[in-house]
Amino acid sequence: MSGRAFVFGDNIDTDVMAPGTLMKLPPEELAQHCLAAVDPDFARTVAKGDFVVGGRSFGIGSSREQAAVSLSLLGVRAVIARSFARIFWRNAINLGVPCITLEQAGEISAGDRLEVDLAAGRLTNLTTGRGYDFTPLPPHLMAMMDDGGLMPHLKKKLAGAA
Amino acid sequence: MGRGSTLVEKIIARAAGVDRVAPGQLVTAQVDLAFAHDSSGPRRWAPMLRELGVGLWDPQKVAIVSDHYVPAVDAESARILKLAREFAAEHQVGAFFDMVGICHLVLPEHGLIRPGAFVAGGDSHSPTAGAFGAYAAGYGATDMAAIVATGETWLAVPETIRVEWSGRFGAGVAAKDIMLFLCRELGMDNAFKAIEYGGDTVEGLSMAERMVLCNMAAELGCEAGVVAPDRTTFEYLRAAGRPVDDEAAALALASDRDAVYAAVHRFNAATLQPQIAAPHDPSRTQDVTEHAGIKVDQCYIGACVGAKIEDLRMAAAVLKGRKVSPDTRLLIAPASQKTTTIATQDGTLQTLMEAGAVLLPSGCGACAGYGAGVLADGEVCISSTNRNFKGRMGSKEAQVYLGSPYSVAAAAVKGRIADPRQFLGEAA
Repeated sequence: MSGRAFVFGDNIDTDVMAPGTLMKLPPEELAQHCLAAVDPDFARTVAKGDFVVGGRSFGIGSSREQAAVSLSLLGVRAVIARSFARIFWRNAINLGVPCITLEQAGEISAGDRLEVDLAAGRLTNLTTGRGYDFTPLPPHLMAMMDDGGLMPHLKKKLAGAA
Repeated sequence: MGRGSTLVEKIIARAAGVDRVAPGQLVTAQVDLAFAHDSSGPRRWAPMLRELGVGLWDPQKVAIVSDHYVPAVDAESARILKLAREFAAEHQVGAFFDMVGICHLVLPEHGLIRPGAFVAGGDSHSPTAGAFGAYAAGYGATDMAAIVATGETWLAVPETIRVEWSGRFGAGVAAKDIMLFLCRELGMDNAFKAIEYGGDTVEGLSMAERMVLCNMAAELGCEAGVVAPDRTTFEYLRAAGRPVDDEAAALALASDRDAVYAAVHRFNAATLQPQIAAPHDPSRTQDVTEHAGIKVDQCYIGACVGAKIEDLRMAAAVLKGRKVSPDTRLLIAPASQKTTTIATQDGTLQTLMEAGAVLLPSGCGACAGYGAGVLADGEVCISSTNRNFKGRMGSKEAQVYLGSPYSVAAAAVKGRIADPRQFLGEAA
C-alpha cells in the first residue's frame, strides 16, 4: 500500500503540529490545525496512508504528545526525516506512528508515492524508482508497534503477568 | 584509557541495576521521581490508567504541579485543573502543587530533586533538574502513563557531550547568553545525547543559573543536561530543608577523569557578549548589537528558564530608577509564588512595578501560548523564555526574539532591542 509524500524542511517543531493556544480543543479538532503554520492546506489534503517527510530535528520542542496524536488521527502512515527530536520520536512510536531516520530524506519530493516495509527496513520511492535501506526498530519496539503502540502493548504485558 | 564513566552513565547504570553502561546500550531504568503538570499529567494519565486497570506504582515517587492552565480563564481550563486536584487526592500523590509556580522550579524549591536520581518528567524542560546532578529527561503523556503505572522505562544510553566554560561573565551577561550561544554553536540536532557542563564558570554559578543551562539542554535537542553536584548544590538543598545525607557519594557522581565523551567543547565566558535569538528558533542567535534598534511591542519576563528571583533581580538592575518606554509594554510572570514573595521582601518587585511592569500570575503563561500575554498578528516580542517557535506565543504571524532578563529589561526601557550593558555601567 503506497501513500503520497508531504515534504517539510528542518526543525519542524511541535508548536506547528499542535499550537499551544489550541491545546484545549478535542484531539480531532486540534488535528485540523496540524502544520497549518507551514502548510495551511495540510490537514485538509493529507489522506490515510500518506507520509510526512522532514529534514533535521523533526518534532523538536515541547513534549506535547498531541503533535504525534494529530499525525496519527490524520492517518499519517509514517514520518521520514534526516533526524528526529527524541521526545517526539518516542511519542510517535508509542502511538504506533513509525519514525524512519533516513539521511537521504531530502531526495523525496512533494507528491512522490512511497512504500515502506518496517520489518525489513526498506523504503521505496515508486515515483523515482529509488529504494532506501534504514535500520529497523530494535525487537522490543517492533513488538510494541505490532501490538499497536505502548498502551495496548503494556495492557497485554500486564494481563500476561497477572 | 577511556574506561571511566560519565555522570550520566553512572546514574543510568545505578537506575538499571548494572555496574556500568555504554552509550547505545538498551536498558530498563527504575524511576526515582516521575512528575508532570496539569496539561501533560492527570488529564492524559487517568484514561490510560483506567484502560490498564492499575493505579500509580508508588504515589510517593510521583509529583504533580499545576502550572499550565493557571489560573483558569474558562470552564475548560477550570475543568483540567479540577481534574488534576481530584486525581492527586484519589491516587494520594505524594507531592501535589496547585498554582504555586512552574514545576521545574517548584520541585527544586521543595528539595525534591536529588543528586544521582533518575527523573522522568512529562514536559520537555524536565532536563532542568539535571542542575542537581540528576539524570532528568522529558517524556510524552503515554510514556509517562506507562512510567507511573510501572515505575520503569526503557532507554538507549546516550553519549555525553561536555562543554567547559572558563572565566567570569562581563556585566549584563548571564547563563541565558551561554545557552543562546550554544544553540547556535552546537545546533538543535543533538537528540539521544546528554550534555554535561563544567569549568570554573559553571562551578561559580548559582543553582538558578545552572538550572538555566540544564533547562535549555532541551533547545539543543539533548535528552538531559547535567552539572556535577558540589557545595553549591548541597547548600541549596540544605536551605530547601532537605539536605543531602551522603555528600561524599554525591561528589563521587562526577564524571571519571577517563570518561569518554562524544565531544568536548571549551569556551571563554569573559568574552561572551549578550546574545539574542531571532525568530523563529533559538539557534538563530547573534550578539545583541546585531539586533539593536528592532522595535518591540512587548517585553516578556517569564517561564521556568527566565523568571526566577535571580532573573527578576537582573531585570531590576536595569530598570532601577528607569521607566518602561511608552512604545512598549513589560509583562512579568514570576516563575513561582516563592519568587514573588522574595521579590516583595527584597525590593525587587517595587523596582519593577515603579518602572511600569505588569505583574502576571506564576505559571507557564504566554511562553507556551496557554496563558495571559500572548501576541497579535504582526507584533514583535522580546522574551526571557527558552523557545521562539512560530506561533508558540500566540499568533503565528508574531515575531519573538529571545534574550536574558537583562536584555529584555533593556528593550523595555528603549522600546527597542538594546545592549543592556549601557544600563549597568558605572555611569548608569
